[in-house]
Amino acid sequence: MTSLSNSNSPLARREALESRLEQLTRMIEIRSVEERIQKLFGEGHIRGSTHLANGQEAVSVGIARSIDPDDIVTCTYRGHGHALALGVTTVGVLGEICGRTVGCAGGLGGSMHLVEPAVGLLPTAAIIGAGLPIACGAGLAARTRGKDRIAVSIFGDGSSNIGAFHEALNFAAILKLPVVFVCENNLYGEYSRIDLTTAVEDIALRATSYNMPGVMVDGQDVDAVAAAMETAVARARRGEGPSLLEMKTYRYSGHSRSDPATYRRPGELDQWLKRDPIDILARKLVEEKLLAADGLEPLKAEVRDAVERAAQEVLASPHPDLGEIMSHVSAASADGDRRFAFWQ
Amino acid sequence: MAKIWVRQAVLRALDDAMKEDPDVIVMGEDVAAAGGPFKVTEGLLAEHGPSRVIDTPISEMGFLGAAVGAAVCGLKPVVEIMFIEFIGVALDQLSTQAATMRYLSRGRLTTPLVVRASAGAGQGFGCQHSQMLDHWFRGTPGLKVCVTSNARTTYGLLRSAIDDPDPVVVLEPRILYSEREEFEHDPAYRIPLGQAEIVRPGTDATVVTCGALVRTALEAAASSRANVEVIDLLTLWPWDRKTVAESVARTGRLVTVEESTATAGWGADIVSTIAVEHFGKLKAAPHRITLPDAPVPYSGVLEARYLPSATYIAEQVDALVSTNQPPLPWWRNAA
Repeated sequence: MTSLSNSNSPLARREALESRLEQLTRMIEIRSVEERIQKLFGEGHIRGSTHLANGQEAVSVGIARSIDPDDIVTCTYRGHGHALALGVTTVGVLGEICGRTVGCAGGLGGSMHLVEPAVGLLPTAAIIGAGLPIACGAGLAARTRGKDRIAVSIFGDGSSNIGAFHEALNFAAILKLPVVFVCENNLYGEYSRIDLTTAVEDIALRATSYNMPGVMVDGQDVDAVAAAMETAVARARRGEGPSLLEMKTYRYSGHSRSDPATYRRPGELDQWLKRDPIDILARKLVEEKLLAADGLEPLKAEVRDAVERAAQEVLASPHPDLGEIMSHVSAASADGDRRFAFWQ
Repeated sequence: MAKIWVRQAVLRALDDAMKEDPDVIVMGEDVAAAGGPFKVTEGLLAEHGPSRVIDTPISEMGFLGAAVGAAVCGLKPVVEIMFIEFIGVALDQLSTQAATMRYLSRGRLTTPLVVRASAGAGQGFGCQHSQMLDHWFRGTPGLKVCVTSNARTTYGLLRSAIDDPDPVVVLEPRILYSEREEFEHDPAYRIPLGQAEIVRPGTDATVVTCGALVRTALEAAASSRANVEVIDLLTLWPWDRKTVAESVARTGRLVTVEESTATAGWGADIVSTIAVEHFGKLKAAPHRITLPDAPVPYSGVLEARYLPSATYIAEQVDALVSTNQPPLPWWRNAA
């Protein structure tokens, strides 16, 4: 079977996404990991907060399958799903969130700071909007260094009200940078519905001000996400500049661990559950004869078992040594420069 | 040896670094076509082209963030912040993103970024264009901060900052740009970050200072009744504990001269460190000469008093040396 063995490297997991069945498996994996995180929290293994993205799995997998592993991705703190889709292992994600050395940041980052240079993922940022300018710079570096690489910045609808969003879109537009800005519009910025906080409900409209294509996409359909991404990525690689894609999606859980999401409109969640991204792709795979008509439930069970094995591996793994506190603050405190070299 | 303007030392450092390393790029407002608002980047565009010398919109969050991303992905950006106050709207990218990139990636990603900015008072730019603001950066693990004091230190510090694998803030006292000085141009010249210089030896007191106040402190030392040692700290973080401690061990007295407000000035850390670790070497309590805890005044009469003058420094040092009691600052002494 596909990626369910934890011995797979992030790069191998990424490459496996070429398979349709693997795309479905990964989406189920993301859902299972988020559910397991909720449970790990209750069991006292997770500190601080977490920001789950149940319901947004098609966006993650649609992006990951449309770009290359050495394209750069910046992302917000709602990043567990994106990290898993891009290739970070379940042990890497769960390990980080549990603060263990097997975590993708050695347990020093936590839920909001997932990272894996081998698949282009820069540390996910806990500050709204921070990743958009950084993606511009990654695109600028690619072009200056003569590389055919692009950068993708993933952020939420709430980010579209912060200065960094507007500065980054303008900057990318005037320099025609190879960047794809992907807004996950899940209708809520933290605890507030978009109509209370944002002058437009369709974020894609904001592309007009920055003279770039703005496209609204069905974020529940992985193929629609991928199709929009492929168009924007091709444009970026051709040197024609950035695009803004708006993924219409929905998070099934609250903003963070402590949020029961009582602010939802009545019936809203039920409406979105009818368009669950996993169900949508599963139906397609049945039609494409890649999945047996009764194949979804056994697949879900298989994935849940694999995630449980990963969780147990994490819980049996060590906490970081005290020496890690002072390491990697600056070059002088690191044991040699192990800088990851992009695009050599 | 030829005479150059201090601002030309910036240009020499940038130009040499760009010639030696194709990954070095320069970004900022009006740095390319206009040659820089203070003319420190004049000619760079013609020499190195628009892909490496980049005019940006007035959009510090946008272009400083882009520099962070470019640095992570293999370039070595040198970003100009025209007046250091302008970084307030972009501080997230430096203090929260660049400063933690290495830490969060466990050393796999680094940010070889230089933020250089004109800074400091003395020219009547008013309270929003006259601060040093080094305290915004000194307290952030992952950042280094240095301050230039003449053409030679400008060149030597900038080259080291560009060589450094981590983010470095280089504060350039704006008032020095139009100073004309002897300068020996040597592309191999560096001042290692974290290394201070004794610019005047003495026996009675150690004056630690930096930036534009180095020349003021030297003037004060020349007129003081005491035999004053003057140290140009050069790097504010990480600062040179060894040079300062050894000097204080010889003189027995420590005076910091800071273009910083009293509460947040860099001297507080130095005084605290020396007092704790070298208490037995001190003949008098350490003394700090700082700015008052007030914004920079516009009025020329007031700004001249706000900044420590050579006369004031000499009076304060002489009082300390003759009585072994730290004198009060002028704003607490007013009749």
